[in-house]
Amino acid sequence: MSTDNHVDQEIKKELALLRQTHGDVVKVSEISAVVASIMATMKGDLTASDLELYNELEALASYIRDAKMDIAALRPDEVRDQYIPTAADELDAIVQATEIATNSIMDATEEIEAVMATLDGDQAEKLMNATTNIYEACGFQDITGQRITKVVKALKDIEDKIEGLVTAFGSEIEKIKASSPVPDAKPENAEITDADLLDGPQLEGDATSQAEIDALLASFD
Amino acid sequence: MAVDKNMNILIVDDYKTMLRILRNLLRQLNFVNIEEATDGSMALQKLRQGNIDFVISDWNMEPMTGIQLLREVRADDKLKHLPFIMITAESKSENVIAAKQAGVSNYIVKPFNAETLKSKMVSVLGDF
Repeated sequence: MSTDNHVDQEIKKELALLRQTHGDVVKVSEISAVVASIMATMKGDLTASDLELYNELEALASYIRDAKMDIAALRPDEVRDQYIPTAADELDAIVQATEIATNSIMDATEEIEAVMATLDGDQAEKLMNATTNIYEACGFQDITGQRITKVVKALKDIEDKIEGLVTAFGSEIEKIKASSPVPDAKPENAEITDADLLDGPQLEGDATSQAEIDALLASFD
Repeated sequence: MAVDKNMNILIVDDYKTMLRILRNLLRQLNFVNIEEATDGSMALQKLRQGNIDFVISDWNMEPMTGIQLLREVRADDKLKHLPFIMITAESKSENVIAAKQAGVSNYIVKPFNAETLKSKMVSVLGDF
């Protein structure tokens, strides 16, 4: 049996085994194992073409190892667990805030309309036009709400894809985490920098109320 | 024939602020009898109770969309003649064609202004 035939049969055997075990979806780590096992079968005298194939396979194995490390180093689990949920919460908060603001604007506009009813002629007409313009402009809440809903759906799609990455690279991610852990939080006695103080508006529930701020300020007196 | 300002208008939208905007703009046009629904199935329920003369509906709602509502209305012997205006952010020509094929009376794309609302109502109901 020639080396070429032997390699072909080994590849077919490994592929059949993988299909039997995992179907058509195979983890990158297992592909790497297949390449490694094929390389291990290449013993004895090698022809020039065998050697070329060997080098190609070795380069492929190395490429896969590097890619695994690069993807794992991106910490897709953190993107899934922290960044995407936070982004979705912030977007939901935007929709809620614009809805509340729009209703406040319309409350005020309806009060203006009530006053308008007591006026005559030109003044009433001017107020009518102004309030109509306000109602028209309030339509922004509906449009921005729909756009934000589309973004949230896109985030959900990204989350699903990242979930696939986390599943495929789970063990690699854990290895990277173990070798270079990210500090969870600043030590309690660490100095707070100006950058630490820039976090933007807080989400409902996380925010400090004015009453709590007043109490905090009063505690300095 | 003059449009009856006391006609019963059903406005359908899943955004409460949009319902309020529509209600206020219709009130400024002197239409006072306005019912609300937040999706197609709720609208259909109200329509089947009777007394609605005119429908203004959003498209993108769950569980029943505006186009599904329109098809239900046009398939119902008692409702099929109701004037039905779609007001939606869906502005692709495919949407307009689908709505027309389903029997929409007129189509307004969001964001819209009061003048557009009035002109489309006039085109469907007659001058007022």
